[in-house]
Amino acid sequence: MDTHVHDRRRFLALAAGAATAPLLTACGTGFGGDDSKSDGSAADDVTGSFDWKREKGTTVKALLNKHPYTDALIADLKSFTAKTGIKVEYDVFPEDNYFDKLTVDLSSGRASYDVFMLGAYMVWQYGPPGWLEDLGPWMRNSSATGAEWDRADFFPNLLQADQWSLKAGAPLGQGGQYALPWGWETNVVAYNTEVFGKLGLKPAESFDELAELAGTIKRKAPGAGFDGMYGIAVRGSRSWATIHPGFMTMYARNGLKDFTVDGGKLTPAMNSPEAVAFTEDWARMVKRGGPPSWTSYTWYQCSSDLGAKKAGMLFDADTAAYFQAVKGASPASGKIAFHPGPKGPDGSLATNMWIWSLGMNAKSKKKSASWLFLQWATGKEHLRKGAITHNHIDPVRKSVAEDAAYKDKMRHLPGFLETFETVVDQTKIQFTPQAQFFDATTSWAAALQEIYGGKGAQSVLDGLADDLAGKVG
Amino acid sequence: MGWRLTLRPYVLIVPALLLTCGILYPFGLGLYYTLFDFSASKPQPDMVRLENYTTVFTQEAFWNSAWVTVLYAVGAALVETVLGVAVALLLHRSTLVGRVLEKILILPLMIAPVIAAIIWKLMLQPSVGVVNHLLRPFGLGGVQWTDTPTGALLSSIAVDVWVYTPFVAILALAGLRSLPTSPFEAAAVDGAGWWYTFRRLTLPMLWPYVLVAVIFRFMDSLKVFDIIYALTEGGPGDSTVVLQIRAYLEAIRFQRYSFGISYTIVLWAVVYLAAMVLVKHLGKIQRRAAEVTT
Repeated sequence: MDTHVHDRRRFLALAAGAATAPLLTACGTGFGGDDSKSDGSAADDVTGSFDWKREKGTTVKALLNKHPYTDALIADLKSFTAKTGIKVEYDVFPEDNYFDKLTVDLSSGRASYDVFMLGAYMVWQYGPPGWLEDLGPWMRNSSATGAEWDRADFFPNLLQADQWSLKAGAPLGQGGQYALPWGWETNVVAYNTEVFGKLGLKPAESFDELAELAGTIKRKAPGAGFDGMYGIAVRGSRSWATIHPGFMTMYARNGLKDFTVDGGKLTPAMNSPEAVAFTEDWARMVKRGGPPSWTSYTWYQCSSDLGAKKAGMLFDADTAAYFQAVKGASPASGKIAFHPGPKGPDGSLATNMWIWSLGMNAKSKKKSASWLFLQWATGKEHLRKGAITHNHIDPVRKSVAEDAAYKDKMRHLPGFLETFETVVDQTKIQFTPQAQFFDATTSWAAALQEIYGGKGAQSVLDGLADDLAGKVG
Repeated sequence: MGWRLTLRPYVLIVPALLLTCGILYPFGLGLYYTLFDFSASKPQPDMVRLENYTTVFTQEAFWNSAWVTVLYAVGAALVETVLGVAVALLLHRSTLVGRVLEKILILPLMIAPVIAAIIWKLMLQPSVGVVNHLLRPFGLGGVQWTDTPTGALLSSIAVDVWVYTPFVAILALAGLRSLPTSPFEAAAVDGAGWWYTFRRLTLPMLWPYVLVAVIFRFMDSLKVFDIIYALTEGGPGDSTVVLQIRAYLEAIRFQRYSFGISYTIVLWAVVYLAAMVLVKHLGKIQRRAAEVTT
């Protein structure tokens, strides 16, 4: 097992090399298209009885993002090698450039990495060009997949989130299984119990209450001994990642859509009167109770502000709060509680989610060994160990979520399990699947920043919708 | 021996030739690519001829990016030139302090611009950043440096100025030290004041050196990516999305390869034209400086 945390120079060299590959291919063979792709799956080649050792001596290369879930995986890799005789070499990149690296690598058409981490949204980008192996045939082949893997044990909404027909606007849960859920995050409100106690506050049950609460904390907390504390940490950087946690969750709880789909045609809906009103309210909440320098805020700043007692609340991934809440992790650890967050006007707790998934490179020459790795990494044994002995929380498997040892571990965090159990069935991807997701959400984040800066929400969102209308379809 | 001498120039030119091919081949390929609609969702593209360029030029986003790029490049190059020359003049006059400062001056140049931008991002953070902490006694501790369009652009220029002013200063200082002493001695004998000497002698003779610095800084600033991306990611809104960032987003993030390359080709044309104009101007300035010297 080798690990290389790359420096910037090496990353740029690799990226440049990979970026030139399709250019060079273009000259001779016409843009490096997917001509060699056959209709049959390599899974069909696996026959006989299932055997963990069938690829003994093979080496699989993995591309991983720096994350506590990754740490749990790496810590347990020896078990995989002992079980299968397969060696795993891996590179770990920080999240800032992980997806650029992965995108460039996959677009090069080479099998530099056999398996990799990706989010479910990336399936919409990497699936249509044929970069991802359809794992459906592997899952269905009992020679390739052990009976103990137990597909039915996954939370169904998670498995469906990585399944798509590659048609813009088509719902998830149909078509190819382009990745497997491995770890996930649901978006909820975490709050500092100390400041809530001192100011006599209760978690908000509606969005208006949340905005009010955020403003109250920003006004009153500094005077109550929480120097520099503001109300609510939410992301604000000019990135797709700003839209998908708290914002999209509350947007969906208000019954709002990013696009409407009619006969396979997508129409941007973020400029509907209701969406405009909600967006204005969100920007107002951030102004009244959000972080200073909000336009540069990523999940990392939001999470650390909660841990550093700079933020009274966090509306983001439950894991972002969890990593601050565990004993000794931050000044606020032991004083962070969880709540499902405000309900929509009709009581909706629809929640958007992020899924760290594992996928296989369609160009991999070691698909059988790669599948064994994916099977092990998403299997009950490893995920249980990751959840109990490491920080691989928010289980993708029901058996782990119901495991007594897991529950014992999480019970000391006030409201965590209750919140998880409340929203788990209502958590799904609230976006409309389409290949221009990253353009749409990056532009949406830019629009949100402009509205926060004082521009009129209607005109900004009309401009966004006009721009996107020509790009999606 | 004869054939060796005949061949030598051709052999010596091989590395330059290879280098030129290494530059021209991907450039030509990139140019060729812009004639197609190649993207991740269309790996077998159609020839669209100049459609990518017409789309670029009809996009409001392009003109916004072009305007931001020009503002950034002119602002950064101007401030760096004025400050760089001022610093060079100070160092030229100083003795021990000047020599010590000279060594310290090049420190920002030794830091990768992206690291400098990250350091400044932390320092400009409104609540915990050191800049607002230092300004707090003067009642200015609440500045949201990168939260407004103007603030984000000015902050980005400020980081550029912090990193690259030493470059201009070093070039200007080298120029100052290479100037002939006799015209200054003659001016001193005639009783010319500092400002008159600076305006009529120092500056005209120094201009060729300063212009070299301006050319380098202006070209580099037109192509800026790292500082702005690390500091603001192009925000808030589209206020700091310069052409390079737009090209990166289109080609890498959104995987519209041909369209992204079209942006870089347009940027290349702008830089090339600007460089030609400035270099032509440099020739004139050099001739004028030579007249002043003689």
